[in-house]
Amino acid sequence: MREWSMSAESSPKIVIVDESPIRAAILEEGLREAGYTDVVHISEMQSLLARIYGLDPDIIVIDLENPSRDVLEQMFQVSRAVRRPIAMFVDQSDAASIQASVDAGVSAYIVDGLKKERIKPILDLCVSRFNAFSKLQDELDRTKHALEERKVIDRAKGILMKMKGLTEEEAYVLMRSTAMREKKKIGEIAQSILTASELLK
Amino acid sequence: MTGPLRIGFIPLVDAAALIVAVDKGFAATEGLDVTLVREVSWSNVRDKLNIGLFDAAHLLAPVAIASHLGLGHVKVPIAAPFNLGLNGNAITVSPALHAALMEEIDGDRFDPMATSRALSRVVAKRRKSGAEPLTFGMTFPFSTHNYQLRFWMAAGGVDPDEDVQLVVLPPPYMVDSLANGHVDAFCVGAPWNSIAVDLGIGHILHFVADILLSAVEKVLALRQSWSDKHPDVVAALLRAHLRAAEFIEEPENRPEVAHILAQPERIGVDASVIQRTLDGRLKIAPDGTMRESRRYLLVGREAAARPDPAQAAWLYAQMVRWGQAPFRPEALKAAMAVFRPDLYDAALGRSVGTPNPIGAFAGPAFDPNDVPGHLAAFKIGRWRP
Repeated sequence: MREWSMSAESSPKIVIVDESPIRAAILEEGLREAGYTDVVHISEMQSLLARIYGLDPDIIVIDLENPSRDVLEQMFQVSRAVRRPIAMFVDQSDAASIQASVDAGVSAYIVDGLKKERIKPILDLCVSRFNAFSKLQDELDRTKHALEERKVIDRAKGILMKMKGLTEEEAYVLMRSTAMREKKKIGEIAQSILTASELLK
Repeated sequence: MTGPLRIGFIPLVDAAALIVAVDKGFAATEGLDVTLVREVSWSNVRDKLNIGLFDAAHLLAPVAIASHLGLGHVKVPIAAPFNLGLNGNAITVSPALHAALMEEIDGDRFDPMATSRALSRVVAKRRKSGAEPLTFGMTFPFSTHNYQLRFWMAAGGVDPDEDVQLVVLPPPYMVDSLANGHVDAFCVGAPWNSIAVDLGIGHILHFVADILLSAVEKVLALRQSWSDKHPDVVAALLRAHLRAAEFIEEPENRPEVAHILAQPERIGVDASVIQRTLDGRLKIAPDGTMRESRRYLLVGREAAARPDPAQAAWLYAQMVRWGQAPFRPEALKAAMAVFRPDLYDAALGRSVGTPNPIGAFAGPAFDPNDVPGHLAAFKIGRWRP
């Protein structure tokens, strides 16, 4: 299967239209790993249609949050002398796929004539990579939040040490026991210490 | 009365009735629990309505008709029982094109025939000097903006497919594209024309009301199957929208309306720009020149909200004129059946007013009973009898 899809003749040309370079890289990597070698990423939305016509892809993948989806609608105009693409949402027989792609936030346009069984694995891959990107972003957000919380705790510790003459360890234990007693997070207690010290300045 | 409803919209001033119906509590008074979902493209709005992720949507009137006829995309029967707005678009041109047009103009600068002929002369001059053809931005292949631009320029002798380039641009990109010379002009709804003028990079050449007296713009679109199944919900939704439209049209409510629409999760632009649009009092040139028109945007005034099947027929005629659809009498009938004054009247319990004629500045008065005869009167177009 892998060898078959690697052959130049049968590896479809895939264009990724995405302004997020990280997400596009994740998707591109996934496609290449699966043997789809002919992948082009477009990140610049100006003259988008001219670039797509120039590349003449078999499949176009675009994120649903990209306003340029409307630009792609021009490809469906009858007078255009290019290969006619069809939109992914046209095949409503596969409701589960449509739901999965909307949830993941990805949409695809496929040149008419490409067989359904060849498109399905590509779309599934796009959906799973888009989901992987969302997960990564959530993790990044969480890490960022955790870092910020640590900064707040460190500053609150400093205030307690100075005002109450505590060691670092004692200051931390005091915040932790207060948090447990008040059923709050230690970050929240630290934030209240910072707020209070601002007010009392 | 019903489960929660999800309604998609694009952040434009003509989503006003929809947004005010929800944010001012008119929908809740009717027992409706509505969540508004802001979208980034008409394709998204159309697709999410089609596959049932939205129960209703703020939609370009021609997209509703194209969906119903299966033009360019999957065929999904649509019911449009409420006009969210009439008119509201404008044609904005770059300072360079504006200067070129004013140099060529022979007549009143607000007369679309005079500007269209001036455009024809500018186009001819550019061709002679070997300059690139002018590029015009519009929002969607099946859009009022596309047809209004084409109608205007063709009247003065410019063939929109041969003499200039028309390109689809998402509204948020319009202003940047005009600033960096990617397009020379565009036709778009509020607030984008005013934003270009405020930035000093555009002149509003025409309000759409100069070109067409009354032109349906956005409709509240429902899947026909859903609408048939939930007549009470539809009636409640329409009553809420009508109350919102009436509220918006009261001049003393305008500051409050502009404030509601300006919220970041709604339209997200300055309230003063929105109010100028609603009041029909627009700055049209970077030097501060103002222009007023009571017909700039109509939300519910003059029976504007009641769907008029003749408007649907006019839009279908434009699709035929520009080669997007073949002429078929049964397709014309189907297009007209998208617009549902019957649902509107049923919700209100009465029938109101007579619709204004379309009132185009060029060509014969539109007759929905003779679309081929009407189209035969226009020299430029892709359709031939």
